[in-house]
Formats: sequence, structure tokens, C-alpha cells
Amino acid sequence: MASGAELTSKEYITHHLTNWSVGEGFWTWHVDTLGWSILMGLVFLFSFRAVAKKANAGVPTKWQCAVEMVVEFINDTVKGTFHGKSDVIAPLALTIFVWVFLMNLLDLVPVDFIPYAAQLIGGAMGYDPAHVYMKVVPTTDLNLTFALAIGVFILMIGYSIKIKGIGGFIKELTTQPFNTPWLYWFNFILEIVALLAKPLSLALRLFGNLYAGELIFILIALLGVWQLPLHFPWAMFHILVITLQAFIFMVLTVVYLSMAHEHH
Amino acid sequence: MNINATLIGELIAFLVFVIACMKWVWPPIIGAIETRQQKIADGLAASDRAEQDLRLAQENAKKQLIEAKAQGAALIDQAKKREAQIIEEAAVKAQAEREKILTQAKAEVDAERIRAKEDLRKQVAALAVAGAERILQREIDEAAHSDILEKLVAEL
Repeated sequence: MASGAELTSKEYITHHLTNWSVGEGFWTWHVDTLGWSILMGLVFLFSFRAVAKKANAGVPTKWQCAVEMVVEFINDTVKGTFHGKSDVIAPLALTIFVWVFLMNLLDLVPVDFIPYAAQLIGGAMGYDPAHVYMKVVPTTDLNLTFALAIGVFILMIGYSIKIKGIGGFIKELTTQPFNTPWLYWFNFILEIVALLAKPLSLALRLFGNLYAGELIFILIALLGVWQLPLHFPWAMFHILVITLQAFIFMVLTVVYLSMAHEHH
Repeated sequence: MNINATLIGELIAFLVFVIACMKWVWPPIIGAIETRQQKIADGLAASDRAEQDLRLAQENAKKQLIEAKAQGAALIDQAKKREAQIIEEAAVKAQAEREKILTQAKAEVDAERIRAKEDLRKQVAALAVAGAERILQREIDEAAHSDILEKLVAEL
């Protein structure tokens, strides 16, 4: 808690959980979320693009092996779940998995490192260090998790309509589970809830897990010397959490999209 | 929790990343993986085939070796038989030759002996005549026997 020596615990926690915001009202931009997520996205794209450019069927380099392992893992997962033919789903799943994983990985950077550095830089540039905010992990920002979930949701709707037609999609929303005309309104309410629950659960699951994990890191950081024995096991456990959450987000995306492809 | 414009920014970023991944990242990598898988599968199949070929060749070689051995043994057998046959034939021929030579020699010896006997006989006759002449010359008295000679002359 290098930066928070003169802060109360509440102030320290609040400071860590506040985004670097620019703008007013709805048109507020979380610069830290945008910056770190785009940086991670570029890390993903460029590191994988480096392999893609030199990809050949010969003896792979070590980095190519690592990238190909990830790609093949995604490919197997997608093939096991999604039985249609689509050029979008597998790259989408790869992007989601690696991008979310990289963003989650920022959670393992000790909670004070980057915010403190930001405060130093901000202070040096003439800002009040107490109001320089830097919330590093983008997946602890609801805006990002909802953006991902909404992107997936749009694809779900799009594929449903593309595969089944608008009529088929509406029919799917109204004629089950009770296939009698006078219960169609009830079916529709049920199906809409089920439909909206998908992106909502996607976004909130990722956000909740990472937010809680980040919060616990911050709480551990408040313990002074005792953070040393506690930080390590929690970080170790968190390695599992961040990988698992990235994987779950990816798999559920594939599952939802394959459901959108299927006729019921 | 405050939902704000960040959501829109992230949505765009997400879209861009997915499209970039779809265009420039996924196809070459998965293509390379699939090509390599195909290559490995082909290689494994080829090695399987080569192994089978090797086994077949080994079996073939063994068979040929056995055949060759049998042929060799047969040849040796044949040669041995032929050898015995030649020896036997030679013995028979030699025997016949010996017989012939012996007979011839005997015949020659016989002929020589007969000729010698004949010569001897001739000489004995000549000797006898010569002896008789000598004896007769000594005993003959021309006067005493002139009558006989006279008679002979008379008869002429």
C-alpha cells in the first residue's frame, strides 16, 4: 500500500476501484479500461499475427508451437460444440479466449504497481496524485464485459435470423414450451427472459469473478506485512480463476451461437 | 456501476479484434496446422507401408534363401551321383580295355610262338638234311653206289 500511506482503508479501496474517467454523463470514457483492453487486444493480435505470417507446415518454432496449441485447443472446443459450418465462430472464440485471458492476467500484477506508477507520472505532470485513477484490469469494468456480451448477443440474434429466418426466429420465441395459441404471450415472456439471460449472465459472471478477485487482492494489500504470505496463495488460485473465466466465456459463446444455429 | 460510452468503445474494439483475427490470424495458423496434420498422417501411413514392405521383403528373402539352399543341395547330390557314375563307367571301360589288350597280347604271343615253331621246324629239317648229307657223304662210295645212280640215270 505504498500509495495509500496517508489514506484510510476505505479511501484506499475506493481509489483502487475508481476508473480514470474523461467526459460527463453517458459520454464518460474510461480511459484505463479502453487503454489496457486495447493494448491487450493488440498484444494478442500482433503476437499471433507474427506466427500467422510465418506459419508453414514444416517444423514449427517454439512460439509457433505455443500459439498452435492454443489455436488447436480452441478449434477442438469449437468443433466439439458447434456442428455447423462457420468461418466466424472459431476466430471469435480464439479472440475472446486469448483477449479475456490477457486482460484477466493483468489482475496478477500486484495491485499497487501500475496505479502508483500512474500517480507518480500524473504528479510529475502537475496533477493531484490523489485524483489520478488507474483501474488496470479491464474485465473488472462492467462496460467491457457488457460490450463483449452484447457483441455475442448481436451475433446470436443475427445467426438466429440468418438460419431460421425472421418468421422462424419469432416462432421459436413464441411456440414453446406451450404450443397453444392462447399461451403464446406467456411463451414469449419466458423465451425473452431466457434469451436476455444469456448475455447478462456472460457479462456478470466475468465481471463478478474478476471484480471479487481484484477486491480480495486489494484487501490483502491492506494487511501490511501479512499480505506477503496471503498474496501468493490467492494469486496462485487466481491463475486458475482467470483461465477458467476466459474459458467459460469462450465456451458459452460457442454454445449460445451453436444454439442459435439449431432448429428447435 | 456506471454504464457509459466506454461500452461503445469496447464494442467497436471487440468487433475490430474479431475481424482482424478472422482475416489475418486464424486462417493461416489453422491452415498450417491442418497441412502439418495431413503431412504427419501421410508420413505415418508411409512408414507403416514401408514397414510392411520390409517385412514382405524379409519373408521373400528368407524364402529365396531356403530355395537356393535346396537347389544347392540338389545340385551337390546330382554332382555326387554323376561322379559315382563316371567312376563306375571308367572302371568298366578300363576293365574292357585290359581284357582287349590281354587278348591281343596272347594272340600275338601265340602267333609268334607258331612262327618260331615253324622256323624251328624248318631249321630242324634243314639241319637234319644237312646232318644226313654229312653222314651220307662220309659213307657213300661213288663206286659202290654207281649202279643205283646208273639206274637213276637210266630211268631218266
